[in-house]
Amino acid sequence: MSAATDPAPDSGGEAPPRVPRSKTELFVAFTWLALQGFGGVLPVAQRELVERQRWLSREQFVELLSLSQVLPGPNVVNLSLMFGDRHFGWRGALAAVAGMLGAPLLIVLALAALYVQFSAVPQVAGALRGMGAVASGLILSTAFKLAPTLKRNAMGLWPCVLIALASALAIGWLRWPLVWVVLVLGLGGFAWAWHRLSMQRRPSS
Amino acid sequence: MTPVESLGLHGLAWHDVLQLAGHFALLSLLAVGGAITLASEMQRYLVVEHGWIDALQFNASIAIAQAAPGPNILFVALMGWSVAGPAGMLATMAGIVVPSSIVTFVVGRMRHARRDALAVQAFSVGLAPLTIGLLVATGWVLALPLVQRPLAMLLVAATVVFMLKTSRSPLWMIALGAAVGALGGA
Repeated sequence: MSAATDPAPDSGGEAPPRVPRSKTELFVAFTWLALQGFGGVLPVAQRELVERQRWLSREQFVELLSLSQVLPGPNVVNLSLMFGDRHFGWRGALAAVAGMLGAPLLIVLALAALYVQFSAVPQVAGALRGMGAVASGLILSTAFKLAPTLKRNAMGLWPCVLIALASALAIGWLRWPLVWVVLVLGLGGFAWAWHRLSMQRRPSS
Repeated sequence: MTPVESLGLHGLAWHDVLQLAGHFALLSLLAVGGAITLASEMQRYLVVEHGWIDALQFNASIAIAQAAPGPNILFVALMGWSVAGPAGMLATMAGIVVPSSIVTFVVGRMRHARRDALAVQAFSVGLAPLTIGLLVATGWVLALPLVQRPLAMLLVAATVVFMLKTSRSPLWMIALGAAVGALGGA
């Protein structure tokens, strides 16, 4: 079974009108996509892949994204990798990921080098501190935006609140190593969710 | 540190760099819900446990990566660079990207890796609250070095309100934070 030669999956409603012609086109498209992504690449990925290039239907994009989110690792890297693999095998995966990471990496390193040069200047150090405060707020706001989704979580509200609070305290306050926290709370959540979901699926008699 | 000095290992030994790569490789497989959820654990490892960089250097890596275009995961590259130069950057980036990419590659090719499979669903349902808890922990850890500075804490709160109440680009807040900080406010 070669994912590379399979036609585009037709499970997601309408088929995408276009396919990337070459690995170079893939690389260029993902570079361009990444360079537009200030403060998050996902919204740009949707616009470029679905609306502009029309390489994916909206349903296919959602399917690829939800799989990227469930799998470990950075979501946009996972998404690029699976998209590249579907079209050109592992070489396509490499081309897409290299496009996603390459140029932005050079830019971020240049910025960091500038910062090292001027970090003794109080205004520069102050600006970075201010941006750090905003970064903290951005991450907290993401948490607050996602929190209401727990109300519809199949595990029930209270188990969710318990796990969220326990993990925030264990990692942020007690500074316990993540491995143990994920093993206990993650596996616990997984087992409880499995139990609840399989109860739901069973036809109620 | 001069630019040339910053290309060295910053005083670390090679086995430290290997250990760094190994730890980030482990984190890669635990990165459910994106790499930023791991930032608090990275802070514990780099700043608290090993003292390789300080809390403000750590925050600077995240702030620079968020202000630049591209995936936010690049904060990991900057952290690696400030710990041990280019070798450190390779260690953290390869560590965080390669193991999860192998998993994604394999799962992406499996036909039964569908959204409606029970295991996949239980995974995303079961880990959702953990992801949110880890985000709160990361936000908290980033704010911690700034608690003595009322204006910086005000910036944290203002950013949360801005993001929840408007749909404007976060770049506006990053620019505001830079301006307030440069003027000596934060």
